[in-house]
Amino acid sequence: MIPSLGKDLLGLERLSGDQIKLILDTAEPFKEISERAIKKVPTLRGATIVNLFFEASTRTRVSFEFAEKRLSADTVNVAASGSSVSKGETLVDTARNLEAMRIDMVVIRHGASGAAQFLADRIESNVINAGDGTHEHPTQGLLDLLTLRDHFGRLDGIKVCIVGDVMHSRVARSNIWGLTKMGADVGVCGPRSLLPNAIDEMGVKVFNRVEEAIEWADALNILRLQFERMTAGYIPSQREYNRVFGISRERLDRAKRDILILHPGPMNRGVEIDSDVADGPFSVILEQVTNGVAVRMAVLYLLSGGKPELAESAKRGGGER
Amino acid sequence: MSRSILLRGGRVIDPSQSLDETADVLIVDDTVEAIGARVASETSNRDGLEIIDCTGLIVSPGFVDVHCHLREPGREEVETIATGARAAAAGGFTSVCAMPNTDPVTDNQAAVGFIIRQGTIANAARVYPVGAISLGQRGEALAEFGEMVAAGAVAVSDDGRPVASAHLMRTALEYARTFGIPVADHCEEPTLANGGAMNEGIVSARLGLKGIPAEAEEIMAIRDILLARRTGGHIHLCHMSTRGSVELIRWGKDRGINVTAEVCPHHISLTEDAVEDYDTNAKMNPPLRTADDVAALQQAVRDGTIDVIATDHAPHHYDEKEREFADAPNGIVGLETALAVNITWLVAPGIIDLPLLIERMSCAPSRVYKLSGGTLRRGAPADVTVFDPETTWVVEPSRFKSKGRNTPYAGHTLQGRARFTLVGGRVVYRADE
Repeated sequence: MIPSLGKDLLGLERLSGDQIKLILDTAEPFKEISERAIKKVPTLRGATIVNLFFEASTRTRVSFEFAEKRLSADTVNVAASGSSVSKGETLVDTARNLEAMRIDMVVIRHGASGAAQFLADRIESNVINAGDGTHEHPTQGLLDLLTLRDHFGRLDGIKVCIVGDVMHSRVARSNIWGLTKMGADVGVCGPRSLLPNAIDEMGVKVFNRVEEAIEWADALNILRLQFERMTAGYIPSQREYNRVFGISRERLDRAKRDILILHPGPMNRGVEIDSDVADGPFSVILEQVTNGVAVRMAVLYLLSGGKPELAESAKRGGGER
Repeated sequence: MSRSILLRGGRVIDPSQSLDETADVLIVDDTVEAIGARVASETSNRDGLEIIDCTGLIVSPGFVDVHCHLREPGREEVETIATGARAAAAGGFTSVCAMPNTDPVTDNQAAVGFIIRQGTIANAARVYPVGAISLGQRGEALAEFGEMVAAGAVAVSDDGRPVASAHLMRTALEYARTFGIPVADHCEEPTLANGGAMNEGIVSARLGLKGIPAEAEEIMAIRDILLARRTGGHIHLCHMSTRGSVELIRWGKDRGINVTAEVCPHHISLTEDAVEDYDTNAKMNPPLRTADDVAALQQAVRDGTIDVIATDHAPHHYDEKEREFADAPNGIVGLETALAVNITWLVAPGIIDLPLLIERMSCAPSRVYKLSGGTLRRGAPADVTVFDPETTWVVEPSRFKSKGRNTPYAGHTLQGRARFTLVGGRVVYRADE
């Protein structure tokens, strides 16, 4: 039996390996649409989707919007600035208003962990989490998985190390759940002050030194260093972070193996990643971005009730879901 | 003419006089007149005697809650002293101590007097004010303990906020000695706890919520136990939530330091797992901890390391809880579920028996805060709780007397419920049915 995704995509923690595989497999036929001259199929014609972004985002928002438009959905972007507390309207009122407009799907990015679930619990529409606080960013996790699978031909048994500020990273959590469910070995590496205390209970290997992580890994997923962590006292300086944890050509060369380089962006060149690594032959950072659109198309398609076995015909222009 | 009430045929449990027997309790006016097997036959011809059949029920000294938030003045839409005192009575409490983190803060004699007056008007459970340690609870200058005590305050506390300055806490412990009052301590090392929304551990790591480590509580607990040793003052540690705290209290008590401690019903019943799905009704400070902490706290209630069970009743408006987890306020209501939670999680599994439960909910809190209740001795104020320890019921927050509906027990089936609550010889609560 083909698994369904249910109403919402809130995180990868609650998905099964089969469900994750379904999304990745469904993304494959959608990749091709973005390579066409006319990048549009009628699959979600008539569906209304709101992209509700409470936090600034360029890449994720644009990626979702392209995915929606290439599937012919009607989309509205709402950029609600300011924190949830300082802003006048509460999230529950926002949810009720959206519901009242009879929309089909909401893509939400919010600074509070659990905000996507909060919304999903209160409205009938499908909710897709585009990043909630420091909790999860499931479509980013999925596009990372797809990119890794493209390169290794499999996820089972590959060794992926997530490097950097794991504590405050929703990308890290979605990667940990997605990769472990698909049978990959997951490591994390970063200053201990930026790793959750209970991280080893999440089924990952912990590396104190980035050299050890490089020695072990087939692929590195390098997280962006948020500069406000310095003022919050988690690490002393960018310079020292780059010296101790930065991924440089020299460090990678010592491994004497090819190591795939991923980064969810936006990058701080010269901080967590050196330019010659980011632009180097083993970097798949731009492929991640390309795959992001396909993965999001697959998620939109599946949540809207699209049948995975019809994804191939859906992209050929059939209106069927 | 005097009023009299006969509580007939109940199992009378009064740990203050090591009493546990089937007996009648005669109340005349506002005091306990007699307890015994034959009281009924001797008094049955009294004029105007009201007889309450207590067969199959427990008759105990009234419960005393040394820690609740009644929100008045300042947040009357959330709770008032009257609704809080009625909720207390419905939960079997005959006395409650109202914490001073109101708006304005209860940090002077006039504010204390206001609470006493509102409590009198409420005419339900007795309401005792707790005064602030520092003016405005700002942690800078001492409030006027002497004037507040003279006006009726029974303790001082900056509850809701830690006393960050060790010097201020030391001074408060010393100064409170003159008035013989406990300093009730909200143990939270502010720089460690800052921004935390739940217990720090695997659940917080998974949910992406900032954690509050156990050490935030334990560091302050041991700091203030040591300051009590230095000063000879009475430190009362509020809402203890971790195994480490239990060990530190035990360490202090073993050395004869003047430390008492309380635990809340939620910390002996629920774990951090209740936060799953970002349930803001499982958000409180200190947060729900691990199963190991719960087990340690249950044992501490049994062995006396924890003296008192107190509710930390903290009503919030539903709008305030209906929001993102990190932004939701801390606290849950507790007055109307405390007895049942304690019976369900402590008595029913055999961790403690009913006499010890009554000790922790009535006798010990009265002793620790030097209040008049906690006993059914002849001549004592007739503050009495009559409860059914066996009945089961489903928690429906909409039926609470409290204005607060924020409870993690909604829909839970709990065991044990108050049937009659008497304050000063008057029935202030009578269960419907």
